[in-house]
Parts: sequence; structure tokens; C-alpha cells
Amino acid sequence: MNDLTEQFIERIRAASSDSPLRIRGGGSKDFYGEIPRGEILDTRGHGGIVAYEPTELVVTARCGTPLAEIEAVLAEQNQFLAFEPPSFANATIGGVVAAGLSGPRRAAVGAVRDFVLGVQLLDGESRRLTFGGQVMKNVAGYDVSRLIAGSLGTLGLILEVSLKVLPRPVAETTLRLDMPQAKAIEAMNAWAGQPLPISASCWCDDILTLRLSGARAAVASAREKLGGEAVADADAFWSGLREQRHEFFAGEESLWRLSLPSVTPPLSGTQLIEWSGSQRWLRGDAEAVRAAAAGAGGHATLFRSGDKSAGVFQPLLPALMQIHRQLKAAFDPRGVFNPGRLYPDF
Amino acid sequence: MNRAHIAEHDQDFSDIDRAGLLAELAGHLPPASLLSDTEDLKPYECDGLAAYRQLPLAVALAENEAQVVAVLKTCHRFGVPVVARGAGTGLSGGALPHGQGVLLSLAKMKRILHLDPVARVAVVEPGVRNIAISEAAAPYSLYYAPDPSSQLACTIGGNVAENAGGVHCLKYGLTVHNVLRVRGVTMAGEVVEFGNHALDAPGYDLLALMIGSEGLLAVVTEVTVKLVPKPETARVIMASFGDITNAGEAVAAVIAAGIIPAGLEMMDRATTAAVEPFVKAGYDLDAAAILLCESDGTPEEVEEEIGRMRAVLEQSGATGIRVSTDEAERYKFWAGRKAAFPAAGTLAPDYYCMDGTIPRKRLGEILRAIAGMEKKYGLRCINVFHAGDGNLHPLILYDANVPGETERTEEFGGEILELSVALGGTITGEHGVGHEKLKGMCVQFVADELAAFHRVKAAFDPAGLLNPGKAVPSLHRCAEFGRMHVHHGELKFPDIERF
Repeated sequence: MNDLTEQFIERIRAASSDSPLRIRGGGSKDFYGEIPRGEILDTRGHGGIVAYEPTELVVTARCGTPLAEIEAVLAEQNQFLAFEPPSFANATIGGVVAAGLSGPRRAAVGAVRDFVLGVQLLDGESRRLTFGGQVMKNVAGYDVSRLIAGSLGTLGLILEVSLKVLPRPVAETTLRLDMPQAKAIEAMNAWAGQPLPISASCWCDDILTLRLSGARAAVASAREKLGGEAVADADAFWSGLREQRHEFFAGEESLWRLSLPSVTPPLSGTQLIEWSGSQRWLRGDAEAVRAAAAGAGGHATLFRSGDKSAGVFQPLLPALMQIHRQLKAAFDPRGVFNPGRLYPDF
Repeated sequence: MNRAHIAEHDQDFSDIDRAGLLAELAGHLPPASLLSDTEDLKPYECDGLAAYRQLPLAVALAENEAQVVAVLKTCHRFGVPVVARGAGTGLSGGALPHGQGVLLSLAKMKRILHLDPVARVAVVEPGVRNIAISEAAAPYSLYYAPDPSSQLACTIGGNVAENAGGVHCLKYGLTVHNVLRVRGVTMAGEVVEFGNHALDAPGYDLLALMIGSEGLLAVVTEVTVKLVPKPETARVIMASFGDITNAGEAVAAVIAAGIIPAGLEMMDRATTAAVEPFVKAGYDLDAAAILLCESDGTPEEVEEEIGRMRAVLEQSGATGIRVSTDEAERYKFWAGRKAAFPAAGTLAPDYYCMDGTIPRKRLGEILRAIAGMEKKYGLRCINVFHAGDGNLHPLILYDANVPGETERTEEFGGEILELSVALGGTITGEHGVGHEKLKGMCVQFVADELAAFHRVKAAFDPAGLLNPGKAVPSLHRCAEFGRMHVHHGELKFPDIERF
């Protein structure tokens, strides 16, 4: 467990908008966002769990700590990161927070940002700043730690992060039902409005797979109510989905992630649906996908593609872009962190 | 005034053209919606923290977003501060008027615009009361989860501003976890939307930044909240403990057993003694503390969880356990917790509610320290505690008419908050900083962090006119407070001139 803060500070001081830094942990999400630019600042040496108190439901770790290491330590206490972030083989916790990606359980429990309790970061002037903390409720000052989640390293270098953890569910079971897309979307929304312990959903190829998590009695009664057949290798299925090893994700064609109101009717094209209809993975051409997403009141992200000329993230309205630029300038006035990774403007 | 200047010093608004401002506002609002006579302004002079009072220059009662835009644009042009207000139930003086500013009330914007039981969302105006959303959703067996104690009166706009919590937030989250989208107007009069009806939005998470921003970034004009299925049933365990530390350990033991109760609250003996005469809940008045531990879900699920919780509490040394058998009894057990604040009002002419949050394991420590402070300041304090979240509400009892008691109370409260920070916690869990806890902010944050907050504000409100002087103290003010906390051998505000 090393503390590389001083080295990071030197690197930030030496950087400029002409020779910016590209913050990188395990490199598991090099593919994500706009094309990375700048000299690599490797965070992996700054690792280690700083504090973990199972009864406080909080873990604090340095940015370079492998996600797998944290998950292993939590598992010993029968706890976990409930937002199930993808590891893509070798993610670090800093990258998990910076990328803001959540897994199958997101619709049921919340996203990365919902579990971030505090961060310590170095801003673009190499000032060490702490926001939030290690407690469940904290409204002192603006909620900068949640702002950092998903900011793709453009606002600061995360040194340390505190996350809320949860106990693993007592019981879990997975069901499979044959169902066409329109009916599956309808059913997932109807069930989400009932007190059912659905913790994940996945529709693909006319098969709806559901995971139930909670008290034994709750899982058993929901199992009976929902019908379908039980899935034997459930853990493999859900981790395959989380890590995008599911066969849907194979291939080189551009992969889009659409974040939509859950009730959005079926879209055309080959797709995989998660989060009770709120997250849809799609293959297709930029113009049609962006139009479909905007039309439904959501947005589309070019998740994986060899060609990023269409822009990775949905463009923002001018008033919002102006606030983005000003926030970027507030934390990184010299523009040294991950330039262009989120939007080409900054 | 440039941004650096705003961060360092409080702004000066002494040269306001009041007549010109009122004339122009009158062109945008119906006569009954613009108040400027002292007697009309009086009801707005304070919020739920009545210790601080200030008359505004004028009160504008907006009925729609267009009026909000017009008021903000006008004030922006005149360089006049604006303080937004919902029901005025806030406990930190966040809606305390600015003496040279306009108080913008959103209380008339109280329509539920749209409720979609299939998509499980409600789109509401900012003046809609928290409880009204759950009432509207009840026919669909849905509800809005955050339930602050003031939910009968408090508005969703204020909940967004404060990131309001409640007694069920360990399991169901705070406002930030239950709001999908906020539409608002910046100080310059520009309409902006943060979030959407999907689960995330492109770009920075400005929705998270907006929630809990205490009316300093934008004025909320519309909110989309998530609705969640109402649990089929709920039951609560009432457990007695012979000593506070033991009760604190029992809370940790419940969590360690892998249980996240729907509610987990603690009251000390002084509190149960104060509330029992009113609610007749049958509290064990011999107990040093009682825990209320709720489980919700399907009947089978609740039965299973109550059994597990009961076993843990017994092992943790509970001296008595009762489990509610029906809804009437459950409400009765909760009644005392909900009546704690009014009951405090009968013990003394005034009470002052603190809101520090600490790691749960430090509970015994802070309660012992508070007992010591009671002697030191010669004032009584009763304690209610959102035990699951570590959020402590000590209620300091005092009499404002006794010379010196108000000052002693403030010092007492300040010491509790400083200790909360020293124990690894925060000065405010859910009530906000507002006007009240500016000093505490100087303890919790260093100058660089406070300066970063000021830059965040400037990204939304470069002129610094929305609720100025609240939530984040100027660096100069921190220096002036004279609370020179020496951390790591360094002075916290070394560059600021001192008085």
C-alpha cells in the first residue's frame, strides 16, 4: 500500500494544456469515451483499502486499488458493492467511480453515484480537496463527490473514495421466461410497480431473465408468482452480462448504450434490454440511434466503436454546456486532466 | 465584483434601487403577488429556525415558471439578491430572507402536473407538499419514499434544496436517490433541466449537484420524482436497553447480521420521559435508551426479518422487547419519535435542534460528551437519533428570555458539531448549513475546499445573487469567526487578514 500523492502533485504541476495528463488505472475502459489524449498518469501504484468497517457499511480505498481486491474483502464479510460495476478484467476503484458505469442491479438499488459517500481528489492546481465523508448522510457543502462519479477524470484525480456497501441478499434465484420484446417491456414495468424483489432483468432473443434477491420468503413467493423456469448457472449469466461476455456483445459493429424511460416501446434493431427497460444495448448507425433516444426522452452513448466521429456522448444544450465548461474551469482551470475525453469542447 | 472577491468577502448590496426594482417587478406580477409593506413581509421573516429573523425588501409569490424567470431576470439586472422559499419549514435558516433582497416564494406553484403509475414517476411543481405526492400515488399502491418529519407541510422544492431525508432513508435513500429530474431557472433567468426520465443523463451529474445546493445554484420550478411500490406490510420492534452504549452496539449488530431495517431509530431516556405523557405509547421509562427497529415487505418477509432482528437485539442485551401486532400499535410506537420535537417545546420555552452525523460506532462517545456539555453549559439536552444513518438530533432546551442562554445554547450546539467532525462525521446530515452552520463549515472544510464550493456556485451564478451568504461562508468570514482551528500544525486560513 503506497502513497503516491506527492508524485501525482509533481506530475500535475508539470503538466499543461499542451502536455496534458491522461489518468489511467487498469486501462480496462480505454475504449470508453472520446479518444484518450495526453501522457499516461498511472494510478495503480496508489492502492490499498484505507478503511473498511462492515458495521458502518463503508469502505474507503485509494484510487489504484483493484475492484477485484475490494470485492474479495467485502465478500469475506458477506457484503458487496450493490451497483455491480463491470470490472472488464482489471478495473481499479478510481476508474469505476470516474467512469460511473453500473451493472445489472442498478435499476433496483441505484448507480455508482448513489453509493459514493466521499472523495478525496487533486484538482488541476494540485490542491488536495476532500468532499463528503464516510457517513451515510452529509449535506455540508455541494455534493461534489457524486459530481465526480461519471466525470471521466476531467475534473480531478481521485485519490481516495468512500463507498456505501450493503449486505449480500440472504436468498437469490434466477428465472427464465419466453416473451417477445413488447410484452417483456410491459411486464417489467408492471412488476417494478409491485413489491417484488426483482434485482436484475435482461431481455434478449425473446427470452426474459429475471433475478430475485431478498428474504427467503420473499424470493420464494415471487418465484411462484412469476412462473418461468429456474436457471441453474445464474451467477455465470449475470456476471457475463455485467462484464459484457454475453454473446450479444460479441462482434465489432458499433455498440450503443441507450438510457431511456423504462416504458419506451420497442425500438427496431437487434438489442439487449436491462434495468426493467431503462437500459437498451443496440447495434446501429449514429443518426438513427440518437434520434430514437432523443425521441423517447433519453440519450444514447456510443459505448464501443472503432469510429467515434459521430461523438460518443449525446450533445448538450448550450445552457448546460456552458455550465459544464465553467465547472471544468472551476476544478481544472489549466485543462490538464483528460482533455476531450467527455466532450471535445474541454 | 469578481469571483475571487466573492469567495473571500461577503458581498455588499447596500446601494439597491428599491423603488425601481418594485416598479419593474410590479410589471411582471399581479398586485396580490408582490408584497412590500412591512406587515405583509412579516410572515416571511424567518423559516423553521425562528431564532434568526430578517425582513426582505419584497416578497414575490410566483404562480408559474414564466413569473420565476421574470423575477430572476429583473433582480439580476438590478443586482438584487434572491432567496427562494417553499413552505419555510427548513431548520437551518436556508430561507432566511436577505435584507437587501427579494424573497421568492414558490408555495403557489403546487400542482401535480403528471403522475404515471406505469412509469412510476410524478412530475410536480416545487410547491407541492411531500405528503401530497404519496397521497396522489396511493391509489396505485405507490408512494414517494423520503419522509422528513415535516412531510405534512414541507414542499418538494425545499426537499430538493436540502436533500431531505427521513426515518426510512437507510433503506430507501435520500432525496438525491429518489429524484430523476429537476427543472430550474438560473439567476440569469435561463431555464435548465438536470436529469431526465431515464436513469441517467449525459455529461456531468448536475442533478446530484443541484440536490442539496440550498437554493444557491438555481430556482427549482419542476421536479420529477420516482414512485416506488408501497410495502404490503410493516412491523416495528421496540427494544429497551439499560445503557446507551449497549443500544449503540445493538444497532451495529443488526447491520452486521446483514439486515437493513426500513427504519432504525433511538431515543434516550430524557426523550421518552418527555414524550410518554403525550403519546402514551407505553415506552419503557426505566430504559436508558429505546430502539425502534422496523421491517417492511411482504408478510412472510417481515415475519422472517422481525425474527432475525429480535434474535440479534436479544443477544445484544435488550432488557425488553415488544413487537407491534397491528398498524395501530405500530403508529403508537412511532408516535413518540414523531412527537419528540413538539414535546421538547413543552419542556422549555425554546429548543435548538442539532443535526450532526457520526460513524455509528462513536455514538456512546458523543452521548457521554453531550452529557458533560449539559453540565458545562448548564442546559439540558435530549437526544433522538436516526441510528441507522448515524444522524444525531440533540435538542438543547433553553429559554431565549433568560439573558445569555441563547449564546450558551449556540456554543453548546457548536461544540457538538465540532465533535461530530472530530469523530469523523459532519456538521449536518439532513438539515443543511443555511445561515445557521456557517461557522461549522469553517471547521469541516479548509480554505481550498470552501474556495472550490464558491467556484461551483459561480459556474451557475457568476453574479453571486442566489441566496448569497448562505451554505458556504466566505473565507474572510471564517477567519473573522476567530475559530482558529489548528490542524496538522497549520493554521486553516493562513492567507486571510484577521481582525
